[in-house]
Amino acid sequence: MGWAIFAILFWLCAWGANAWMARRYGHQRWAQFAIPALFGITVLLVWEGLVLGLGISPVILPAPSQIAQTFAQSGPILREDFVQTILKGALSGYVMGCGAAIVVAVLIDRSPYLQRGLLPIGNFVAALPIVGVAPILVMWFGFDWQSKAAVVVVMVFFPVLVNMVAGLAATDHLQRDLMATYSASYWQGLIKLRLPAAMPFLFNGLKIATTLALIGAIVAEFFGSPTRGMGFRISTAVGQLDLPLVWSEITVAALAGSGFYGVVALLEKLVTFWHPSQRARA
Amino acid sequence: MKSIAPILTVLAAIVLLWYAGSVALNAKWTYDQAARAGESVTVSQLLSDTMHQKRPVLPAPHQVAQGLWQGLAGQAITSKRSLVYHGWITLSATLLGFALGTGLGIVLAVGITHSRAMDLSVMPWAIASQTVPILAIAPMVIVVLASLGVTGLLPKALIAAYLSFFPVLVGMVKGLRAPDSMQLDLLKTYNASQGETLRKLRMPSSMPYLFASLKVGVAASLVGTIVAELPAGATRGLGARLLSGSYYGQTVQIWSALFTAAALAAILVGIVGVIERITLKRMGMA
Repeated sequence: MGWAIFAILFWLCAWGANAWMARRYGHQRWAQFAIPALFGITVLLVWEGLVLGLGISPVILPAPSQIAQTFAQSGPILREDFVQTILKGALSGYVMGCGAAIVVAVLIDRSPYLQRGLLPIGNFVAALPIVGVAPILVMWFGFDWQSKAAVVVVMVFFPVLVNMVAGLAATDHLQRDLMATYSASYWQGLIKLRLPAAMPFLFNGLKIATTLALIGAIVAEFFGSPTRGMGFRISTAVGQLDLPLVWSEITVAALAGSGFYGVVALLEKLVTFWHPSQRARA
Repeated sequence: MKSIAPILTVLAAIVLLWYAGSVALNAKWTYDQAARAGESVTVSQLLSDTMHQKRPVLPAPHQVAQGLWQGLAGQAITSKRSLVYHGWITLSATLLGFALGTGLGIVLAVGITHSRAMDLSVMPWAIASQTVPILAIAPMVIVVLASLGVTGLLPKALIAAYLSFFPVLVGMVKGLRAPDSMQLDLLKTYNASQGETLRKLRMPSSMPYLFASLKVGVAASLVGTIVAELPAGATRGLGARLLSGSYYGQTVQIWSALFTAAALAAILVGIVGVIERITLKRMGMA
């Protein structure tokens, strides 16, 4: 019981501290890191305190300390699953799917007729529960990472396509006319004007696609996989009620997801440094 | 309306490609069967056989249409083979979860716009959580809740709620902050309280943002429900249909379940869209 009371006391103190910091220093840089960090620590501590204090069984909800211990001990398993699911499944599918979407977008950009036909369908498909194709693709491409990559390709294709097509249309008449007065060819206009102008839109799609890629790769493993991979590990560990291992896998997935997103966001910063949304922050 | 012709062209191209694909992918089985019987296959035989296999690698469009029609209209609604039955199970969990997630998202968004401390502590995490593959925890939530004795609609609805919660939260915070300082100052000169400002200015001006995120949220909660139906033990719902189809090699069943799910998503997003148009029109914003 002592742990639970301590957790609740800590929660109240942290709340007070955060409210005070937000009122006094809310506009300063360090506070904008310190406040969410304190909030995160509080959530972990309250979780730990409640699990220990109320004697909740680890089968239902393991304490963060227990998860951290499992995380540290099962390094080889986690690394193997990470390579299988994230590097082989998600990343290769992401590269192929986004690459194909960009190429198709540039191709259909030349034909307004195709654009008018493909865009509504692309928008429609982007809202569908595409993970459902996972069982079909697992049947076609087998249990190993190829089928996961295929699911990822299908999942990331349409969001990236729709964004890229919108991006290629983002230049205005004046800019295109200027290129025409320079007597620029189609390719020169594409490379020097329209591709750079499309980058902010493209990166929007790429950022959405990072999460989709991880979801696709993990969910596809629920339909069949070799005896490694994060989706496989999660479903079998749940069956064995080894919840700390499940939470460790989730931690890996969360870290990989934010890391992946972070890399794409960093690339965006490097490529679209000229865009107002990037300049405003600096 | 002038985009109807291009859309139909693209759809026709997709159907054609689909037929070609089903011939190409199913041909191997036909050739194997013929080789076993010691016969040779003519082109017309190949075409007709690849269209009518019992367990094709890729069912032809008319087979899927047949399967869909069988599942939707050919069965009693209460039958376990009826797609209406499974679709209803999925739909009810989706709607319950969507309502929960939307309600919670709006409440938290109101809290965030009124408390700077909450804004600074919760928002970074809410945004960061969008980059995390939340769906991966679905099977765990289902199994843990089942071990606590909670089964049926609620666990699936919780996952659906979780998935629709973040889009609504992020969109609603943006929407509640949409009024500019002129408008806020005006209400201040009227001596409006915070509650009145919320009701008469912030809420109405957040509606376009709310509906945009509701469309994302309802699609996300349908995906959540379907994935939540995948873990072992589920026998009802579209997700379970997908899984049992993949276990027994019933490709037509998988494709019909998939198309039912797609139609469900389209209908749900469409309904939100219609409500959006009516609401915004009556508010004079559209």
